[in-house]
Amino acid sequence: MKADPAGVLTGVHYLDGDKACAEGGLAAGCRFFAGYPITPSTEVAERVSERFPYMGGMFIQMEDELASMAAILGGSWAGVKSMTVTSGPGFSLMMENIGLGAMLETPCVVVNVQRGGPSTGLPTLPGQADMMQARWGSHGDYRLIALSPNSPQECFDLTITAFNFSEKYRVPVLFMMDECVGHMTEKVVIPEADKIDLTERRYTKKKPGEYLPYAYGEDLIPDMAKAGDGHFFHVTGLTHDERGYPDMTWEMQEKCVHRLIDKIDKNVDEIFMIEEENMDKAEVVVISYGITSRVALRGIQLAEQAGMKNIGRMRLITVWPFPEKRIRELAKKVKAFVVPEMNYGQMVLEVERCAGGQCKTILVPHGGGTVHKPETIYQAIKEAYK
Amino acid sequence: MKAAEVEEIQKKPKTRKTKSVEEEHPLEKWLRMDRMPHIWCSTCGIGTAVTCFIEAIKKTTLAREDICVVSGIGCSGRIAGYIKQDSFHTTHGRAIPFAVGLKLANPKLKVVVFSGDGDLSSIGGNHLIHTARRNLDITVLCINNFIYAMTGGQVAPTTPPTAIATTTPYGNYEHPFNLPALAAACGAVYVARWTALHVRRLTNSMAEALQKKGFSFVEIICPCTTLYARKNKLGSGLDLMKFYHDNSVIVNGADPREVDIQFQSEIKVGKFIDVDKPTYLDSYNTYMKTKLGDKFKPYGVTDEERQ
Repeated sequence: MKADPAGVLTGVHYLDGDKACAEGGLAAGCRFFAGYPITPSTEVAERVSERFPYMGGMFIQMEDELASMAAILGGSWAGVKSMTVTSGPGFSLMMENIGLGAMLETPCVVVNVQRGGPSTGLPTLPGQADMMQARWGSHGDYRLIALSPNSPQECFDLTITAFNFSEKYRVPVLFMMDECVGHMTEKVVIPEADKIDLTERRYTKKKPGEYLPYAYGEDLIPDMAKAGDGHFFHVTGLTHDERGYPDMTWEMQEKCVHRLIDKIDKNVDEIFMIEEENMDKAEVVVISYGITSRVALRGIQLAEQAGMKNIGRMRLITVWPFPEKRIRELAKKVKAFVVPEMNYGQMVLEVERCAGGQCKTILVPHGGGTVHKPETIYQAIKEAYK
Repeated sequence: MKAAEVEEIQKKPKTRKTKSVEEEHPLEKWLRMDRMPHIWCSTCGIGTAVTCFIEAIKKTTLAREDICVVSGIGCSGRIAGYIKQDSFHTTHGRAIPFAVGLKLANPKLKVVVFSGDGDLSSIGGNHLIHTARRNLDITVLCINNFIYAMTGGQVAPTTPPTAIATTTPYGNYEHPFNLPALAAACGAVYVARWTALHVRRLTNSMAEALQKKGFSFVEIICPCTTLYARKNKLGSGLDLMKFYHDNSVIVNGADPREVDIQFQSEIKVGKFIDVDKPTYLDSYNTYMKTKLGDKFKPYGVTDEERQ
């Protein structure tokens, strides 16, 4: 399916990441947006509130982030692509209903423009310390998808991908930006609507009375119905059977929750996106994501200038599910992974786990508030070569 | 009736032909019969409220497939699971914002939030007041049993002063909410209260609320014999019904500020508020049209309606 031209601002623009993300949402066909102001993500909401009246979209500023998250789940069940946007504290407030989204298998996109934390932290300054929250933030076991852009152009492109993934796998997709990428202004090229491919939601073809909300086939993803179509379906956050009815048994827990995990885990190869460079002879691989990937580039250049030639570069675009297989492969071949990130060690835990002691893993931590100094990353690469 | 008379009747041969036991229950079409028996205790008032709701739907001209039911968590939170409509059992306190999303994404839907006093006015209180303020076109039906029943009888924002709950073992010392006054103060265009005894009036009121444009709120005072009545030694379900009978006063048009409920006090019931005001969507469409003119694409209005 191609994008609706009404939402596509075709042309070459000079936009910050927040606005580019908003444009990505509109191009992806998002027509319901519920949000609550919070720095540094507010510009996304502002942009949407300005643009929606011209294209028949509905923007509402809710009373808080709990409401925003609950509202977009409702919007999605009414059959409209829905998104919300927030930063650190708001992301924490959304967690319970992100879990409901996972349990009800509700397509939607949640943008988190990360700032320094914990608590109120650094409202106007960058951080990347919500990465594990994106993985484990809501209680219970589940799998979601999280993407991390590193430029305004990617904020546009990947927001569309986020919607496509959410529709295909019926999960909330977390869009993990950071303040730098959100407020950085660069060239953003928005293609024509007929060049934008969208994944359509798979609605049930069953007649009313025959539809079971959680009956699934080989791909483990149930067909959806929307409110008002006469199916009289029921969905619940309780552990449920294929009718959507509560079933409080360990057997049903195993069946219900395991599938939520399997439907993502079994499709990792389709979901994971990474960017790699100079991997063939790499002795040391620098793994980063978001704004840090751009700083890492300079760190690598410094190391190369100092004579270290075989430095591989990997950028995580999909951060969850984590590209385990690829890291395991590389761990057998390389001396070390260097992981700079704007936190005191989050994604590095995954790298370390997958490396399984086969090579060194060196964290380059940073508390946030500004980006790494390239020299720090260079020093870590030097350390890795020893 | 005297015992002798009863015996006399019982001795009489039955002249009426017994109908087939296979006969359909009058609510069968409207309930998820494959989920029966429900989880509610005997003498609980929620079942009565559900029956009234279904009878209310029948009184309206609403298309059945357009009616969605959203519940939060708690005993009343289970309502969505038993009513055979598109129905959503959401998180604690968030039934209203979920409903807001449904309604705004598809304004054709008639979205009903059917939940409890703790869910709607404590953990979900913020959503109740703001959705009323916006006059968002949904109906909120609030079961008030004065207690958190599902979790075993803890104090609620509606528990009357001095009443015993498991977390106020010496009696409640807080000021409770007067829910009709809260809803009215925040801008609800329809506010009513009935008890689970007033089935006919409650049904009519629910039907009115369903057909009212804007934010409508109906409070249903419900017996909870397992917890509230037992903790407070108020007797059986029948005793509670008798209490409602003897102590409810119908005061249609009463000032909602004057309908607060004290421990075992008189309960004022009736339709308190019924006014007209533009809904959230009406305001949006009217205002934006004046601001943006023809470039504005009205929301939730079909092309036919626009012309």
